[in-house]
Amino acid sequence: MAVAAEAAIDVRDLSKRFGRLAAVDGVSFSVAQGEIFGLVGPDGAGKTTSMRMLASVMRPDAGSIRVDGVDVVADPDLAKRHVSYMPQRFGLYDDLTVDENIRFYAELFEVPGRAWRERAQRLLAASGMTPFGKRLAGQLSGGMKQKLGLTCALVHAPRVLLLDEPTTGVDPVSRREFWQILYSLRADGVSMVISTAYLDEAERCDRLALLNRGRVMYCDTPAGLKRKLPGAIVHIASNRPRELLEIVRGQDGVDGVLLVGDGLHVHVDSAARRIPELTKAIAQTGVEASEVTTIEPNIEDVFVVLLEQQQRAA
Amino acid sequence: MDPARAPSIVVDGLSKRFGSFSALHDVSFNVERGEIMGFLGPNGAGKSTLIRVLCGLLRPSDGRATVAGIDVVEDPEAVRRRIGYMSQRFSLYNDLSVVENLRFFGGIYGVAGRPLDERIQFAVEMAGLKGRESDLVATLAGGWKQRLALGCAILHQPATLFLDEPTSGVDPSSRRRFWNLIHELSADGVSVLVSTHYMDEAEYCTRIALIADGRLIALGTPHDLKRRSIGGELLELACGDIGSALDLVVAVPGVRDAAVYGNALHLLVDDAEGVAATVCGWLAGHGLPGATVRRIAPSMEDMFVYLVRASRAPQPAGVAA
Repeated sequence: MAVAAEAAIDVRDLSKRFGRLAAVDGVSFSVAQGEIFGLVGPDGAGKTTSMRMLASVMRPDAGSIRVDGVDVVADPDLAKRHVSYMPQRFGLYDDLTVDENIRFYAELFEVPGRAWRERAQRLLAASGMTPFGKRLAGQLSGGMKQKLGLTCALVHAPRVLLLDEPTTGVDPVSRREFWQILYSLRADGVSMVISTAYLDEAERCDRLALLNRGRVMYCDTPAGLKRKLPGAIVHIASNRPRELLEIVRGQDGVDGVLLVGDGLHVHVDSAARRIPELTKAIAQTGVEASEVTTIEPNIEDVFVVLLEQQQRAA
Repeated sequence: MDPARAPSIVVDGLSKRFGSFSALHDVSFNVERGEIMGFLGPNGAGKSTLIRVLCGLLRPSDGRATVAGIDVVEDPEAVRRRIGYMSQRFSLYNDLSVVENLRFFGGIYGVAGRPLDERIQFAVEMAGLKGRESDLVATLAGGWKQRLALGCAILHQPATLFLDEPTSGVDPSSRRRFWNLIHELSADGVSVLVSTHYMDEAEYCTRIALIADGRLIALGTPHDLKRRSIGGELLELACGDIGSALDLVVAVPGVRDAAVYGNALHLLVDDAEGVAATVCGWLAGHGLPGATVRRIAPSMEDMFVYLVRASRAPQPAGVAA
């Protein structure tokens, strides 16, 4: 991806305390133009607090935020013209229609009539919502509400979009459509920051910052983060996985075992070395395992292992 | 049949209509003792209707269902005494303490005296809430609340447990801990029915029932569904300009569908080896050199999207997004 001369978002040493709790503790990152940047982390890691400061709805105690060259802390009103913030529950009016909701936000953002109508038509078409213009927002499904929220958030053509867990409660088919819209925005050069606790959302971002206790632990592409996982994840397919759990747990080189519906996910130090050993140990139990293979770690595997490593070191 | 070995839930030709709307249409399946069955489906697919029928809260229009051998129409009260239910909002009282919540649910389920004390102790230990018994629920983080809600739902030792999107808003470490508890319950013979549209939740189930437009469109283990159900093979294509690649690649012979995924494209193809051998050269010939391609395993979400679209469209639809 081409990196613009100046980052679209530049965050330096951002901090926010609530009483004695350092909710955000010296966070720095930058987001290139046309980049989708994900903030992931456990509850209380500082994702939503960071998001609120980026959206200039909360003032940081220390640090700086520049969005498209504008100092957000010094000039929040100017910044708001470039930035759109879609919180988890976007403020739609249930008793207004789809079209009326869009119009309301267009007027709020002072967008000229002709500009927003064209834009709204294009966005609604992209999300398959064109036939529903006259439907009350209160009668839309969860997925359609999210798409309408996104349309309203985009009606003033922001250069930067902040999304807080945008697809919570949305089914996979609608989630894919939602992401196709984000990718077309990315192609138009819009920069996005997305906070999420869900790995399938995280996998779709260009880069991720893994937050824990208000700090950035790691910042990399999803593929780069996966390479940080020491060792490998092995899938053992078996219809009696519980009987294998203790045997597998006791093997050399096994750092963690996760019971899944149709087998075990085993974190090992070396797949080449441990797969033959595991296969042999399983054979001795007489429990059938149809497959012992390396699988690609997902972001959640990486996340859990890296967090545990840090907790052990602390 | 030996009652201990009989299926925990039998659903036979179940239909439910609301006026002219068919919310469930001729659904049949069994859930064995100790099985963790996941119900997946788009919003409005009929998952909640099905769960309400199985809990004896809604009368089916046709067909029958039994839970722990009891017909849900004939004796809904007896069914409800034998099931536990946990909703995505956890239904806890924020202004009561951990133990007060457990006592409250004990009262609802008719558990009292020494059995209640024992079950409360069990629930507190299971949820990892020892030492926090007097804490107000409002002060607990999401993962603790979730485990407490589970403790409340199983106070009366139900044989069947219904979980409605149980890990909404819970972080990954807590989520794993929660699923370990569910697997322990299943080892003790409790049957668990989970409705969800989170794919990582689906991975923890022993079997998946995929429901769309009121119909059961697929049933199988996560492994089998992923392997058999997407109607083709998947390739991941990486290159500098994915926008142009997307426009070009749909014209490559053998590519049935293509969509952006992160920094790459996912291609649905009939023959992964054949397309992988030619697609990069083909793109280079059209002014996009340097692309790389590799075969990837379909995810649970790939399976879901493919099957739902295929059930709605006359022709097989795309999956690669």
